[in-house]
Amino acid sequence: MSALQTISSLIYLISAVCYVLGVHMMRSPKTARHGNGLSAVGMFLAVITIIVTIIVEGKIDAIGWIVLILGLALGILYGVVKARKVPMTDVPQLVSLFNAVGGGAAAVIGIFDYLLKGDGASLSIAFSLPVLLDVIIGGITFSGSLIATGKLSGHVSGKPITVPGARILNIIVVIAILASAWFMIGYPTNIWYVILALAMSLVFGLLMTLPIGGADMPVVVSLLNAFTGLAVAFAGFVINNQVLIIAGALVGAAGTILTLQMADAMNRSVANILAGGFGTGDSDTSSAADAVPVDVKETSADDIGLQLAYAQNVMIVPGYGLAAAQAQHEVAELAKVLTDKGINVNYAIHPVAGRMPGHMNVLLADVNVPYEQMKQLDDANPMFESTDVSLVIGANDVTNPLARESGNEISGMPILDVDKSKSVVVIKRSMSTGYAGVQNPLFSMDNTQMFFSDAKKGLQDIVASTKQYLE
Amino acid sequence: MSEELFTNLAIFVLSLLVGFEVMSKIPATLQTPMMSGANAIHGVVVVGAFVIAAEANSWVFYCLAFFGAFFAAVNVAGGYTVTDRMLGMFDRKPAAKKEDDQK
Repeated sequence: MSALQTISSLIYLISAVCYVLGVHMMRSPKTARHGNGLSAVGMFLAVITIIVTIIVEGKIDAIGWIVLILGLALGILYGVVKARKVPMTDVPQLVSLFNAVGGGAAAVIGIFDYLLKGDGASLSIAFSLPVLLDVIIGGITFSGSLIATGKLSGHVSGKPITVPGARILNIIVVIAILASAWFMIGYPTNIWYVILALAMSLVFGLLMTLPIGGADMPVVVSLLNAFTGLAVAFAGFVINNQVLIIAGALVGAAGTILTLQMADAMNRSVANILAGGFGTGDSDTSSAADAVPVDVKETSADDIGLQLAYAQNVMIVPGYGLAAAQAQHEVAELAKVLTDKGINVNYAIHPVAGRMPGHMNVLLADVNVPYEQMKQLDDANPMFESTDVSLVIGANDVTNPLARESGNEISGMPILDVDKSKSVVVIKRSMSTGYAGVQNPLFSMDNTQMFFSDAKKGLQDIVASTKQYLE
Repeated sequence: MSEELFTNLAIFVLSLLVGFEVMSKIPATLQTPMMSGANAIHGVVVVGAFVIAAEANSWVFYCLAFFGAFFAAVNVAGGYTVTDRMLGMFDRKPAAKKEDDQK
């Protein structure tokens, strides 16, 4: 080992330690930001090390420098601008986009080394197998994450999309992937083998994510994130670089656990989600069958304004519908109008409210909702007994009292005890069920009133009428 | 099996175990930032982009090196920036509240 190799290996080791400690610190809200910072320091060290390494080795030519610097500069510019400008509601799809390009980069490295080291000759299985895994997993996450981005942003329909004969198509694609694997491992290198592997992986990524509904996308994004980690680790095998192996495997394993936890919090199983074709989550996708007339009391913005103006304690229960309608500004305004008049306002935030677990906290924090007003499930539930009005905005399953009973799809799921408050107002677009597909008896309870409206529009009307009664 | 492959395989397996172990139960509030943070970490693939750019010697390889560098840079730079922005939402709260009080 040369001096350069020794030093660079040691620095890579330090950066790997930074990633592990960074992830560790990100488990607690107090240290999370520093954890991310520490992980960024590790990344900085790794990049400095590779820059010094390629300069000292001197193999890189002028065009190599140009494409490298151009690619990096454009990438940094695009990534940073996107990350700074994106509205907080659109963060999930941006994370998915960043994940897609990470998978793409890993696949590119695999293709590069296959073509360069192979050059028409036969490769050992020890080399071609990691290349194969790198290209296939990288390709799947690239196209799969792009579809997930599209679904979350609405460019691709959030409804499960199934093509006729999908099962047969899937089988054909899997056979084609296996065939490309057979050729890449057992035969002298040929550019068409790796192109076939890449193309089929891209198709597989599409087929895998298209049939999954929009509401399940967070779990899918997290799963694909773990996949990208593995692709990066295999890229590390290909170019024999340990920092890629360590960081990739770390993300692969940690991402898998995170995916299971997310699915668990949403009361779904990963296998169910991947089987696809279930929930859609978007409240505007209600079918006629969902709109069965149930005995509910409808109310108006004017009446809700009156109730709020004469309440002592108000609990706001935000859900997916609020995030989808981007109504967080309106809800914060309503809360401000009420608190200015001395009315207690709190937010009861279910762990999976919003588009992703924890996303609702980010959305509300973005519109300057005081942190003390955001109550998590365990703190919020005892407060409902003394709540005069619970305002449920675009939330459904997380308030369903059926979860306390056994024998239905949501049995045992932790819920917010909204039904215990004196009065409940539900703002919702229609009577459609949530993504669990279960009717919610909360809506037909005696102390519940329904206000059918888009969250944003409805809240604007309520703010106007509340102001009128408070003045 | 070569010694190099065996070493890499050992590192891979042990890192997987570390990953499983370090990710115990985390609060739902932090799940989205955590995913984003993990996403930034696999941006380490940018190191690989440097490695291939150093070996490129024909137009096919230069093209691949360009896309590798571009993709990886988006992943790593965007990933850390957006994670930091999300986590910043949580700790700037007390200050933002003071501003509101002063109004």
